[in-house]
Amino acid sequence: MSGTPETVLATHELTAFYGDFQALFGIDVHVGRGETVAIIGANGAGKSTFLRSVVGQLPSEREQVTHEGKPIGHLQAHEIVRRGIALVPEGRLLFPSLSVEENLRLGAYGKRAGPWKIERVHELFPVLRERRATPGTALSGGEQQMCAIGRALMSNPTLLLCDELSLGLAPVIIRQIYAVLPVIVSEGTTIVVVEQDINQALDVADRVYCFQEGRVSLQGRPDDLSREDVATAYFGV
Amino acid sequence: MEWLDAIIQGVLLGGLYALFATGLSLIFGVMRLVNIAHGDLIVLAAFLGLAMVNGTGVHPLISLVVIVPVMAAIGYALQRGILNLTLGRDILPPLLVTFGLSIIIQNVLLEVFSADTQRLKAGALETASIAIGEQIAIGWFPLIVFLSAVGVIAALQLVLFRTRLGTAFRATSDDHETAALMGIDNRHVFALAMALALAVVALAGTFMAIRTNFSPAIGPARLLYAFEAVIIGGLGSLWGTLAGGVILGVAQAIGAKFHPGGQILAGHVAFLIVLVLRPNGLFPRTRDR
Ligand SMILES: Nc1ncnc2c1ncn2[C@@H]1O[C@H](COP(=O)(O)OP(=O)(O)O)[C@@H](O)[C@H]1O
Ligand SMILES: [Mg+2]
Repeated sequence: MSGTPETVLATHELTAFYGDFQALFGIDVHVGRGETVAIIGANGAGKSTFLRSVVGQLPSEREQVTHEGKPIGHLQAHEIVRRGIALVPEGRLLFPSLSVEENLRLGAYGKRAGPWKIERVHELFPVLRERRATPGTALSGGEQQMCAIGRALMSNPTLLLCDELSLGLAPVIIRQIYAVLPVIVSEGTTIVVVEQDINQALDVADRVYCFQEGRVSLQGRPDDLSREDVATAYFGV
Repeated sequence: MEWLDAIIQGVLLGGLYALFATGLSLIFGVMRLVNIAHGDLIVLAAFLGLAMVNGTGVHPLISLVVIVPVMAAIGYALQRGILNLTLGRDILPPLLVTFGLSIIIQNVLLEVFSADTQRLKAGALETASIAIGEQIAIGWFPLIVFLSAVGVIAALQLVLFRTRLGTAFRATSDDHETAALMGIDNRHVFALAMALALAVVALAGTFMAIRTNFSPAIGPARLLYAFEAVIIGGLGSLWGTLAGGVILGVAQAIGAKFHPGGQILAGHVAFLIVLVLRPNGLFPRTRDR
């Protein structure tokens, strides 16, 4: 039963709408403490919509989302991050008017206690220390992604949601960024990564969900899933 | 010498216009809200000052100790209770609502205080001046107004660029949805911005009431001066707003030298000239496209 203390995040028949358009049709996902879960799916499958619903950027019903057993579906985005769920949004979305350092420090706006301080983020991504005074949006794509991850970590989340970390980045940069996920996990953080890039996601994940047109089309451990199953679930034949 | 005097008086008057404009500029910068009732809120502050000075006999400058926090509280409540509900992708609702608010404020003031023109008496301060040479005298009061404008803008600049709240203002202005992901409650941050803006409005209204006659109907004209100062200076730049106020003040002072009725017209002409030469104002915020 989801809702036990070991479940960090659970969604129950989660639905989402953009006006009249329904984007999610009853999604059930659960994420255990310390797990790394991947959500894969084609463009438009509803992955970002799912994350945006979880963090309160899209409205949902009270009981549709639970965090550490407590319903949070009715809460607003600023309340949810204060409870320890942080999102690295698709496209990074750094604040252009803020320097790299201000972007990072703003992540700690809610003043949650925890292991992540600016020094620790700088250790993880030294380039963010070197370039601390530049506007966030003057960084390269990879550096912006590092800044977006660092900014999310500054809120000391127990659950970190990452939307398409690899989007638009060179393979060498993607590897560099994925290499820090184990460090983050070692601090006790649970991670959900959303990816269109199946291989990247299957490498890091303990469990995988595949989304297709707003529904979960497949779930399981990477080793238990055959290539054909994944292909069918991903593309829908 | 006469001209130098006119320019000095114009610069000092510009301080008052900058105070009119600062709140408008701040609010537009943080939440892209154009507050049509801004001028009427200045007049409201003037009448609150009048009521307090008449009621208690304190000096108008002392009344600021009460009027500033009262206007800030009004600003917070106004934003939280009404204006937040109008913000969205459509720019029309906030315009309509603040336009309605402007009319309501004017009518309430008319009802309570009548249409008579009023003045706040500031005693000896009204005429005290420092003589510089034979022909130029700088009034203490205009000087205080100007220095207050510089002080207010310097302080707001510190808040914007050196405090946690200021960083939140700038982030919310960039992208309020992502700002919420940082734990920022936009409704609260917007309300704090309006509270700050109306604190400055309290200062502006009280200074205006000492300097000139006022009545419930003069709000829209103050809004116009504030608009012009903001646009001349460039949207989103507070120091630019001060420069805009000064340009407006100097143009009016020079215009008055040419022709007694030329004062107001000269201000508008200066505004139009700047608009033609530099459509984005003199110091537009560089990081906007
Ligand atoms: N802001 C929006 N307004 C309307 N429809 C949207 C919006 N964002 C996404 N959608 C639609 O919702 C569906 C899911 O989108 P999304 O969650 O972004 O997919 P993914 O992240 O898996 O690529 C798509 O059909 C998309 O067109
Ligand atoms: Mg997406």
